[in-house]
Amino acid sequence: MPTTMTYREAVRAALAEALRSDERVLLMGEDVGRYGGAFACSRGLLEEFGPERVRDTPLSEATFVGAGIGAALGGMRPIVEIMTCNFALLALDQIVNHAAIMRHMSGGQFSVPLVIRMASGGGRRVAAQHSNSFEGWFARLPGVTVLAPATVQDARTMLRGALREPDPVLIFEHILLYPVQGEVDEQADTDIRRAAVRRPGRDVSLITYGGSLPKTLAAAEQLAAEGIEAEVIDLRCLRPLDTELFLDSVRRTHRAVVVDEAWYTGSLAAEISALIMERAFYDLDAPVARVCSAEVPLPYAGHLEDAALPQAAAIERTVKEMMAGHG
Amino acid sequence: MSAPEATHRPGQALLSGLPREALLERLREMLRIRRFEERCAELYTQGKIHGFLHLCIGEEAVAVGAMRALRPEDNVVSTYREHGHALARGISAAAVMAEMFGKANGCSRGRGGSMHLFDAQHRFFGGHAIVGGGLPIAVGLALAARMRQEARVTCCFFGDGAVAEGVFHESLNLAALWRLPVLFLCENNLYAMGTHITRHQSQIDIARKAAAYGLPGQAVDGMAVLEVEEAARAAVAAVRAGEGPRLLEARTYRFRAHSMYDPELYRSREEVAQWKQRDPIDLLAGALRQADLLDDAALAQLEGEVAAEIDLAVAAAEAGPWEPVQDLLKDVHSPRFA
Repeated sequence: MPTTMTYREAVRAALAEALRSDERVLLMGEDVGRYGGAFACSRGLLEEFGPERVRDTPLSEATFVGAGIGAALGGMRPIVEIMTCNFALLALDQIVNHAAIMRHMSGGQFSVPLVIRMASGGGRRVAAQHSNSFEGWFARLPGVTVLAPATVQDARTMLRGALREPDPVLIFEHILLYPVQGEVDEQADTDIRRAAVRRPGRDVSLITYGGSLPKTLAAAEQLAAEGIEAEVIDLRCLRPLDTELFLDSVRRTHRAVVVDEAWYTGSLAAEISALIMERAFYDLDAPVARVCSAEVPLPYAGHLEDAALPQAAAIERTVKEMMAGHG
Repeated sequence: MSAPEATHRPGQALLSGLPREALLERLREMLRIRRFEERCAELYTQGKIHGFLHLCIGEEAVAVGAMRALRPEDNVVSTYREHGHALARGISAAAVMAEMFGKANGCSRGRGGSMHLFDAQHRFFGGHAIVGGGLPIAVGLALAARMRQEARVTCCFFGDGAVAEGVFHESLNLAALWRLPVLFLCENNLYAMGTHITRHQSQIDIARKAAAYGLPGQAVDGMAVLEVEEAARAAVAAVRAGEGPRLLEARTYRFRAHSMYDPELYRSREEVAQWKQRDPIDLLAGALRQADLLDDAALAQLEGEVAAEIDLAVAAAEAGPWEPVQDLLKDVHSPRFA
């Protein structure tokens, strides 16, 4: 029975379900308890589950992420919240040099079943230290799974799959998605590693994830009004990539545009572009195009921020140019 | 900071309280680590061991004394200078040596090497070579033990260099805030690689730093194994009793270079020679001789046992298999749950 809720409520319901269904689960991070979470994703959880399992931490990202690693090694299933992915840089050592590699470096003896959630992305006028999209950096790490729930449904049910993973899972929640409303089937149990076709189409494959999905879908609607049927693919899982799904799409449409809010250079979009070049080059009718963020620290002023981020209009324009050039 | 005076001997209680066999066992353990590492240095020059090799020769009393205070169910988190910790914890010399060789019968299946010894059976959680990186993990292991109502203590080794890292301060704060069962054990060998403590710490009395986070801190002569053991036993007992974390600073010295690449331009031979006057093995052996508990024959017997064990360890490492290259990607991920 589908119910309607916001993305934020979906995250909260997912956390509550995790805490309720497995006594090994604990939630910790900055202001997750009494404050209710910087994005209000954990409001009410302290009251329901108590301070042992919903833990406010000091502003010590490296240490509370490392404590999550240790707790996971010690038999718990911690969920660590980092307020934004910019702050995750303070914990990069623990994620990169410890969590991601411990299983391999220990010869398979120590798995780290740790889930780390963090907000990412721009568009809220919070300037250059709170607006980045670093998920592509983390998606380069062997040993981790990286998720980017883009729909309310995925916000509600992907955590369940993440907690079943025996190794570290990083979940990126785009800040613009929190107020988005959607219908949710709370019992749905999808494979977190599968990408999804959010809109079928025959003319071009638009490959995206996270906060760029609504913009890409909006662009696809505009294009449809002009007779261009775009297929929109939501990657959902950024590592490992569901490569076959988007390659199949590209082989059918013969065109691909990758939409990624990170900077162009060395981005996930660049990786996807390379994969298409390596494995579907002869199916292409046009070079792969990318719509990413301008190579600039995200400015505060609204018109500049808008200009720096991928927007529906730019996606639309890119597709039209592609269709015109190689139609 | 010079070598501590050798006159005050709080370890005297153990010296008089432990049976001869137990005292000889502590001497044997230190000899085992010493001879093992001396063999490692030889094997390194023979091209059997590669990469970084950090020897703890001179610091054996800390590993042996501290491990005696721990139980099998306790957790150990260590550093890249951890051969002594691993051996004293009970990991076999063969498994450690095979790891040095990079063999599949090594304790980390050849994936870790000298700096990354792991052993689940002995609850030995690495072997971490990012200075200070193990401290937060120790805090988390202690959190898990607390939440699971397990009586485990987590003992976290780190050097004086780690004290300058932010995670040292964050970890002491968090462990004290949550009153977690961690023993933070600082092996202060006076050098962060080649930088003397007076050149990297504004306050060189590391034990005093605990006060800033509201936990007890204590310094102990790290060259005197029985003193280390006594102090560690007291600290572990308090931690296990739920009194929250403790910081124990063992003042010790590394007799060898930082790694096999280190030309030791930063310290004088005289300084090293002065510290060797307080060699932890000689100190205990001397005390045992004085108490008529050790003679040349007994020492020779210990040396013989140790040499035999190391010979077997080297043979096991030599004979051990290489991990097949087709298994390169094994253990990057766990097998997924169905």
